[in-house]
Amino acid sequence: MAEASSDFDPREKVHGDPIEMPHLACGAMAGSKPYPAAPNHQEPLGFPGELVPDWHDKAISRLGELLDSNKALRVYLDSCVKCGACTDKCHYFLGTSDPKNMPVARQDLLRKVYRRHFTLAGKYFPKLVGAEDLTKDVLGDWYSYFHQCSQCRRCSVFCPYGIDTAEISMAARDIMDTIGMGQKYSNEIIGKVFNIGNNLGLPPKALKATLEGLAEEIEEETGVPVKLPIDVKGAEILLVTPSADFFASPHMEGLIGYAKVLHESGVSWTLSSHASEAANFGMFIGSQENMQKVAMRIRDAAIELGVKRVVIGECGHAWRVAYSFLNTLAGPFDFLDPRYPFPQHICEFTNDLIEKGKLKFDKSKNDEYRLTFHDSCNVARASRMGDKPGGQFDIPRAVLRAVCNHYFDMAPETIRDQTFCCGGGGGLLTDELMDLRTKGAMPRMRALKEVAEEHGVTHMAAICAICKAQFSKVLPQYGFDREAIVSVHQMVSNAIILTGSVQEKELEESHHD
Amino acid sequence: MVTIIYATAFYAASLLLVIALGRRIWLYATTPAPLKIPTTPAPTTKGGVVLRMVREVTVFESLFRSNKWIWLFGWIFHLSLAVVLLRHLRYFLQPVPYPIALVQPFGVIAGFTMVAGLLALWARRIVVERIRYISGPSDHLMLALLVAIGLSGLNLKFLARTDIVDVKEFFLGLMYFDFSHLHRLPADPALLLHLTLVLCLMVVFPFSKLLHAPGVFFSPSRMQADDTREHRYARSAKLESTPRRA
Ligand code: SF4
Ligand code: SF4
Repeated sequence: MAEASSDFDPREKVHGDPIEMPHLACGAMAGSKPYPAAPNHQEPLGFPGELVPDWHDKAISRLGELLDSNKALRVYLDSCVKCGACTDKCHYFLGTSDPKNMPVARQDLLRKVYRRHFTLAGKYFPKLVGAEDLTKDVLGDWYSYFHQCSQCRRCSVFCPYGIDTAEISMAARDIMDTIGMGQKYSNEIIGKVFNIGNNLGLPPKALKATLEGLAEEIEEETGVPVKLPIDVKGAEILLVTPSADFFASPHMEGLIGYAKVLHESGVSWTLSSHASEAANFGMFIGSQENMQKVAMRIRDAAIELGVKRVVIGECGHAWRVAYSFLNTLAGPFDFLDPRYPFPQHICEFTNDLIEKGKLKFDKSKNDEYRLTFHDSCNVARASRMGDKPGGQFDIPRAVLRAVCNHYFDMAPETIRDQTFCCGGGGGLLTDELMDLRTKGAMPRMRALKEVAEEHGVTHMAAICAICKAQFSKVLPQYGFDREAIVSVHQMVSNAIILTGSVQEKELEESHHD
Repeated sequence: MVTIIYATAFYAASLLLVIALGRRIWLYATTPAPLKIPTTPAPTTKGGVVLRMVREVTVFESLFRSNKWIWLFGWIFHLSLAVVLLRHLRYFLQPVPYPIALVQPFGVIAGFTMVAGLLALWARRIVVERIRYISGPSDHLMLALLVAIGLSGLNLKFLARTDIVDVKEFFLGLMYFDFSHLHRLPADPALLLHLTLVLCLMVVFPFSKLLHAPGVFFSPSRMQADDTREHRYARSAKLESTPRRA
């Protein structure tokens, strides 16, 4: 597919300050557009198959509905003072130099139409306040630039009013879906979840075979019969994880890690074929109805299997939906055991066991890895782990430090709540947007380059399926190894010493020597 | 004549300000927030949220993390504006409360720093490429209006002094609806200019980006507590009515 355009050489761009301000290049990314959704991607989600004839009026009336039903949108569209504080905060702007990728300029694409139709000043003095009619051109800009926002919320951290461009992008995508102008990648995937149960379209049979294969692999490696159960009624824990974990590297190695930890914990657990996907692309397209429908599967599965707890695997936006929205969208979950947080992140689960001293590790097994950690946006800025604010930063790092000897953070202005998106979040992880994805990854790649040069960092761990998939693609372009991206639980898996395993005996023997 | 025009204008502008701003605030307050979307790490309690908001509106915490120059100039301007407004209370209160009397000398200094802060912000708007790009005519006009209010005020203080006792009598009369002996407003051009500009500001306030003042208190990313696991959040009627299995 389309590689980054010729004047952008990732191997050269990898050197430099991650937050360096580019000169504006107007219209540089105007041509970046995802493939449009076909009628068979649109209709199952309740959207018209193609652009409706009265698209203009429908779009405006949908905007009105959203304004009435979403406080954030209403307040954000009014409150921006054009202070410029957010202008240099978006990784897509830093990577592409296109001024319409500055968060405030992206918001303005919707705001100018809002002003024209919903404010007095915009009705009578449009030129003065930058109000504009919704024309085909404006709509084209929407399609282009609202699909150049990964809804990472970095801009919202820095805005004095917390204006979150992600909310604006979601609203704009919702409006476009409503008039029949959806994006193929996200909508097709949501359809797969409805039909088959997961984003990758893995049928239950294939899923079972995969899980059995993984169990065999673990037993071969450790001598311990670790199982990866699915659809087991009466299990204590339901594990819901992104379907990439069943499929690709390094996701699968993470799943092996969860299985080992869960096995060692002694708590019974199960996956579900009905809810064989933690991801919820309903959020990306800003459609509450679809998000809720996808979310309901987790509730249904929990009830049907009679579990007491729900644990979520390594996935960024899925954790946001689970942590922040699931209780609202599909709750109350009062049938679960109230002694445990609902939902619980797999990192929280593992960290609890580590803190209680219930897991044994041989850190030296990870000595070939010099690690850093990439905070995924939706975990960092839209959710939490543990019981204190910021636990989402400390807990994954605590897990990594418990399982490896060499850990280094990247530059402070690129981690924790200031973390840079991988460049592929928010429903943009599709091949036709490769140019955008490559450029958007630049700040993160620069930060990684810095620690690679300074501390000899070789690998970057993440807890997000999208980040992992995106980095697998862009790392080689920036001159890193494709496998430099790893799962946090892959590192756990490498170092964990299961009770009764070959590794345990080896370790004991080496102690006796 | 001048007195009647300005009396009417101030009543009209005040009424407009209260109604239009009130309507806006009402809209912000009553529009549902269907989901919890605080920008994390966020406070987990209501008290924590209040503290976060206090830090945001007093020291502009997020802006400070974001850009030190914008923060510095913006903060100087807002702080100065607050002091200037306090100083002006003496024209509307009789007797003048002691704290307001104390503020007077600072109010004059603040008049200068306010204009300086505004000019610095304006300079950035023109000089810094990316901020110039996002600035529209209304953004420049707003700065022009505020600078003009500041300068015309300073002019009254230092160059074209007006009979401030008369002005105060006029406003006290307006405030107490005491029309029988409404005091004559001095028909002094420097004064009328200042007052006219203030009237303009009152009129544009509820229709412009000045709505950020009430808006910040309703911004879900800042005013929500991060407590979805502890308390189920359900605010949207639409979500509640969704059919549930089980
Ligand atoms: S930081 Fe906020 S107020 Fe300032 S320009 Fe950006 S969105 Fe507008
Ligand atoms: S949410 Fe992220 S991707 Fe979207 S405009 Fe803000 S910084 Fe850019």
